[in-house]
Amino acid sequence: MKNSYDVIVVGAGPGGSITAKTCAEAGLDVLLIEKRQEIGDPVRCAEGVGKEGLKRHIEPDNRWIAAEVKGSKILAPDGTEIKMSEEASSGKAGYTLERKVFDRALAQQAAMAGTEVMVKTRAIGLLRNNGMVRGINAMYMGETHEIRANIVIGADGVESKVGRWGGIDTSLKPGDIDTCAQFLVTNIDAGDYSKFYLGEIYTPGGYVWVFPKGKNTANVGLGILGSKAGNTRPISLLHKFIETYLPHAKILEMVVGGVPVSGPIKKTVTDGLMLVGDAARQSDPLTGGGIINAMDAGKMAGEVCIKAKEKGDYSAKTLKEYEDKWRATIGKELSKSLLVKNMLLKLSDEQLNQLAHSLEGVDTSKMALQKVLPILFKKNPRILWELRTLFV
Amino acid sequence: MSVNVNRYKCGYCGACVGVCPVGALELVETWIEVDNTCTSCGVCAKICPVGALVVVK
Ligand SMILES: Cc1cc2nc3c(=O)[nH]c(=O)nc-3n(C[C@H](O)[C@H](O)[C@H](O)COP(=O)(O)OP(=O)(O)OC[C@H]3O[C@@H](n4cnc5c(N)ncnc54)[C@H](O)[C@@H]3O)c2cc1C
Ligand code: SF4
Ligand code: SF4
Repeated sequence: MKNSYDVIVVGAGPGGSITAKTCAEAGLDVLLIEKRQEIGDPVRCAEGVGKEGLKRHIEPDNRWIAAEVKGSKILAPDGTEIKMSEEASSGKAGYTLERKVFDRALAQQAAMAGTEVMVKTRAIGLLRNNGMVRGINAMYMGETHEIRANIVIGADGVESKVGRWGGIDTSLKPGDIDTCAQFLVTNIDAGDYSKFYLGEIYTPGGYVWVFPKGKNTANVGLGILGSKAGNTRPISLLHKFIETYLPHAKILEMVVGGVPVSGPIKKTVTDGLMLVGDAARQSDPLTGGGIINAMDAGKMAGEVCIKAKEKGDYSAKTLKEYEDKWRATIGKELSKSLLVKNMLLKLSDEQLNQLAHSLEGVDTSKMALQKVLPILFKKNPRILWELRTLFV
Repeated sequence: MSVNVNRYKCGYCGACVGVCPVGALELVETWIEVDNTCTSCGVCAKICPVGALVVVK
């Protein structure tokens, strides 16, 4: 470790590693720190990604692809199934990853590009000079170190502190987080579609997912919207779901975690500081997916670091280009998803069933959700009136 | 005012850290630390996926 860098990235998840790689490839001097001793472990994820988004950043590699999925099936409260596939229509569909291996592969790429990586190293505060963030205080093996940098990237996930230290309040309200539990199970028929069970009978204000992870195994998990949690815990609901719907399942691993579902937050940059990924609350409010968004944002943030270095200006004015960019792309999608999420929250199980039935006779099997939504809206304008702005 | 963390239940996921309005919590590798700024508001206890947190008034 040196005592000064161009850029320090806090957190070696997908967002942090892509930011570090982007900067290092352009010759910037980068330090990537991760507080855990093993990058990627323990996992806090259902590991589902779209192929197209993934390929923007890394060539698919069998070392970290657990399964390929053809599309998704949405199950209404009464069991009615809506089958959708993006593959047939656009060559998309997805993978279930092995994130322990995937996150490490991304960090390795950053390292090979020239990034210095330190594990078991935790950021514990920011250094400042004339109001600018100028580095971090970090703890490595019980000892604290002052490490300087022109830019600090907070890619420190759902538990992010970097933003707060920099004066950006990123704390999530209970209605802005999904609280989740998941088991990796085996001895089931996992199929080759990702399944989503919607409705209060499965879980309040969230959904149950079954993501195939190779022969007979799947990530089976569920989320509860934080504001509806407390009396019911994800872990107990999940046990109940498995007993009812997958009685022969055998549990191999347990995962718990929280996903930000707030939609775009007000501020993600300040002088000498940018937030990326879950730390910037860039996960999708509807699906909870955040891997690709974190990587996309990491790329954008990295590119802005390069420009800032060329200019020699690390003020919020320069870094705001990152904020504008992600808002115009990721942010737009988040806002749309937020609208749909808020709509879904208001629907009763009966209404969800009605929506599912309205698609009887429509072949959705070669459509993506983006194509199915307008059809649903046309058939159920009264129930879905709040979504009208999405289709004009 | 504080919260008790049941270490035998906690899955060290960091969700509680993300919701604490005052930043009183910290996830250090595999355990949660609470500092003296905790106001016992109970938000963390509400959202913990496994119910590992109990507010003490
Ligand atoms: C149950 C669950 C299921 C999910 N399922 C999916 C899914 O199927 N598909 C999908 O796309 N997304 C999913 N997500 C969301 C996805 O996991 C996140 O959006 C994604 O990991 C965000 O990446 P990131 O790089 O921003 O943060 P993270 O991957 O969380 O990485 C942050 C890193 O920062 C480190 N860190 C934190 N604080 C410090 C510090 N002070 N110093 C040093 N290091 C620090 C952490 O240890 C961590 O390694 C799921 C989330 C959960 C909880
Ligand atoms: S939310 Fe619960 S399980 Fe997760 S770190 Fe906090 S106390 Fe532990
Ligand atoms: S009770 Fe409130 S203030 Fe105390 S740690 Fe939990 S969320 Fe923070």
